[in-house]
Amino acid sequence: MTDNVIDRAFEAFEVPQGRLKTPFHARLAALDTINAWHTWNGYTVPDALYCAEIEYFAIRNACAVFDLSPMSKYRVSGPDALPYIDRLVTRDMRKIPVGRVGYAVWCDDRGQVIDDGTVFHLRDGEYRLCSQERHLAWLLAAAVGFDVTVVDETAEVAALAVQGPSSFSILERLGIQGLATLKPFCLTHCNFRGTELMVSRTGFTGDLGYELWVEPSRALDLWDALFEAGALTGIRPIGTDALNLARIEAGFLQARADFLPSESVLRTGRTRSPLELGLGWLVDFKKPNFNGRRALAEELRNGSTWQLVKLDIDGNKPAKDAYVYDRPGRRRREIGFVTSAVWSPVCKKNIALATVRATARAAHAQPGDKLWVEIYYQREMHWRRVMAGAEVVDKPFWFPARRAATPPAPY
Amino acid sequence: MTERPERFDAIVIGAGHNGLVCAALLGKAGKRVLVLEAGSQVGGATVTREFADGFAVSACAHLVYQLQPAVTRALDFKPKYAVEGLDTVALDRTGAHVRYAGGELRGAGAGDTERYRDFHRRMTRYAGVLEHWLNRPPPRLATRDLDDRLGLLGMGLRLRRLGKRDMREFLRLITSNMHDELDEHFASPLLKGALAFDAVLGTGLGPRSPNSIMTYLYRLAGGGELAVPAGGMGLVAADLAGIANNAGVDIRTDSAVARIVVETGRVAGVETVAGRRFDSRTVISNADPKRTILELLGARHVETGFTRRIHHIRMQGTAAKLHLALDGLPEMPGLEPRDYAQRLVIAPDAHYVERAFNPVKYAEFSPRPVIEMIFPSLRDTSLAPDGKHVMSAIVQYVPYVLAGGWRETARQALIDTVLQTIQPYAPDLESRIVASELMTPADIEREFMITGGHWHHGELSLAQCLFVRPVAGAAQYRMPIDGLYLCGAGTHPGGGVSGAAGRNAANVILERDKT
Repeated sequence: MTDNVIDRAFEAFEVPQGRLKTPFHARLAALDTINAWHTWNGYTVPDALYCAEIEYFAIRNACAVFDLSPMSKYRVSGPDALPYIDRLVTRDMRKIPVGRVGYAVWCDDRGQVIDDGTVFHLRDGEYRLCSQERHLAWLLAAAVGFDVTVVDETAEVAALAVQGPSSFSILERLGIQGLATLKPFCLTHCNFRGTELMVSRTGFTGDLGYELWVEPSRALDLWDALFEAGALTGIRPIGTDALNLARIEAGFLQARADFLPSESVLRTGRTRSPLELGLGWLVDFKKPNFNGRRALAEELRNGSTWQLVKLDIDGNKPAKDAYVYDRPGRRRREIGFVTSAVWSPVCKKNIALATVRATARAAHAQPGDKLWVEIYYQREMHWRRVMAGAEVVDKPFWFPARRAATPPAPY
Repeated sequence: MTERPERFDAIVIGAGHNGLVCAALLGKAGKRVLVLEAGSQVGGATVTREFADGFAVSACAHLVYQLQPAVTRALDFKPKYAVEGLDTVALDRTGAHVRYAGGELRGAGAGDTERYRDFHRRMTRYAGVLEHWLNRPPPRLATRDLDDRLGLLGMGLRLRRLGKRDMREFLRLITSNMHDELDEHFASPLLKGALAFDAVLGTGLGPRSPNSIMTYLYRLAGGGELAVPAGGMGLVAADLAGIANNAGVDIRTDSAVARIVVETGRVAGVETVAGRRFDSRTVISNADPKRTILELLGARHVETGFTRRIHHIRMQGTAAKLHLALDGLPEMPGLEPRDYAQRLVIAPDAHYVERAFNPVKYAEFSPRPVIEMIFPSLRDTSLAPDGKHVMSAIVQYVPYVLAGGWRETARQALIDTVLQTIQPYAPDLESRIVASELMTPADIEREFMITGGHWHHGELSLAQCLFVRPVAGAAQYRMPIDGLYLCGAGTHPGGGVSGAAGRNAANVILERDKT
């Protein structure tokens, strides 16, 4: 007990003070060498633990472990769980049976994206919705008129992403059964030393990989067992910088980078619809109603304003925040901007995700078309500029066969 | 074998006065219209019913003052009144009552009389702007639609025509509170009390609450003349039903709608509690927005942002009704015989009204409520046996949710409070009571199926009027699911027996069918 009035108030109401620590924090902190941290949903998470590039190569060449406990996790249960989720997201959730995971996007009434995430069909009438951003207020508002319970279980579930070519073998060595037949976007419940462990073949790296979900009290046990099992096959913890590199290679979108959650946007025209983000395949107009349906049907009729494109850019200067033009030279017109860009070590390509005007796409930016990006970079204080050619590509930059192989090859 | 459901051009849920106005106008335009009413008589909250053996009364609203000329004209409707042009009598304990009607004030000082005339003239002028706004659907904002832009322009022009000085004054007043305005103009506490009450009647506002002048202007927007309908409010509804019948409208009572039927994402008809199905691609609900969307339609058929807004509509009633069956008129000191047929108000001063408002915020009723009383049987013998009378009183403020619940003891305590409040003005009232009926907002909710028992189907305030009534993005009577419309007081322009919402909704539907 303290005499400080404010401290007492915090104790009385159990208001968390400062950044929260994830259930794995003790292990991450012990392995950390560079002390570079940031906040994600109130939790302390590492940018990198030793070197983002080396961490990145663990994803592509061995096995990377990423602590995704701060991910927002919402439990949706009750008799109306399916109709509730089906109204919430744009895709047809009847096609996601128990034991499956669906990538989904959800919109406001104007058809603008609030966030994307994954919906885990855990059991009959029970789902878990995961997203980068917080959405409890929206999810509760969506529950009006449905017989469902929506609970924020972010703090009740510890989660690790185990990603990379050796992830399958490591988890088998850990003693997890049934992995050989577990297809991408499937989940299974198994026993980890007397505790239920949920394993899903999901991830944010575009590679072979799994996510492990366990109660926080067993988090450190799981970590220790996992690192013991992976010691000989290059298991490494990673931070968000390495993950970001991998997700751009896989062509995955990230909230607050490639789009903004519509509920947090003030200016009109700064939000994006799923059609504009290239997620039209997730929008099922055969459903009679879902949030955003009316607006999206209208957008489909009238045309979109923006279009997200993947760019393969000449040279090796990452096109961070670059403007996109339809042609070089003096008659060029600015048609958009880059939202995510990296030099991809595994593809040996200079890649980017960009937003361009949809009319421009119709005219100039079909797959295979050539656009131009204006890249600024600094050399000892002085700025340089290059106008680099960029090819619009259709497929993800990185899509290895092992990502979908079932059973995955042993390592 | 199941019967093929009957088909109609339009189905109206609820035979409240707005529903009847809407149905009649659609019928006149040649539509095949069905009205389904849950109660055993038409009218919804505009109804006359017996509450004790031989005694009948307008069960909810009891005075007509907002019935829009645009509505009566469109329907060629001539309402029959027992008394027209009622005085408001602001009761004084010593019998020095103050009376006003229109711009005429009697019984207060000469200065007040002069200033009241001017005050009333200005307010009526401003209410004229509102009246223009009330009788058409609010334009949608920020669209490129020509009609919307013209509509906005029309509203703006109406405002601009007040002249620069008055336009500024209007814009200042519309957000302002009645209490300050009254203090600026008048000396008589009785006058200020009664006018403060006029401004907040039927709302969840006190005289010091923001935009309580707007609610006063709303009151004046139909002309502001008070009238007691002959045969009670129920006859207004019955007359409207007659007009609708003549226009070929099929009205069925005792036919509560259980749900609005949705097929492939659009409205396809309704199903009654008895399980009968009626088909129509146009369903118009006279029920309040919450009941319509969240209960009859179901949130799952519309989108989350919309249901969130509907869910958040403020609509908890603060007004109760007390009906008394009397074996004779009470003695009221200072009242002339003709005064008994007028509107009697207990609101001795504006502070009294504000104090009466305070407890309702904390789920309690006023220990000294403000009260509006009429004796409708005085000029309308159909309401009570010979020589006997009924009193109809609006009692404010009474919470929808009472701390501790509306138990029998609480109900009796409220009745006692009301009688004690009236006692100094009518000492023998209690001894004349044969029977009584109390209707709290919770009772009003139950009997008239109005969520929260709010007779305006949603609080009237700047945050819930015009472009955002019932909610932003759905203020044009058309709901965000194809085929569903609202026509009740929950939509623009709101409550009171005005018929404007019903007429506006009908016009929107007829306009739709033209194109």
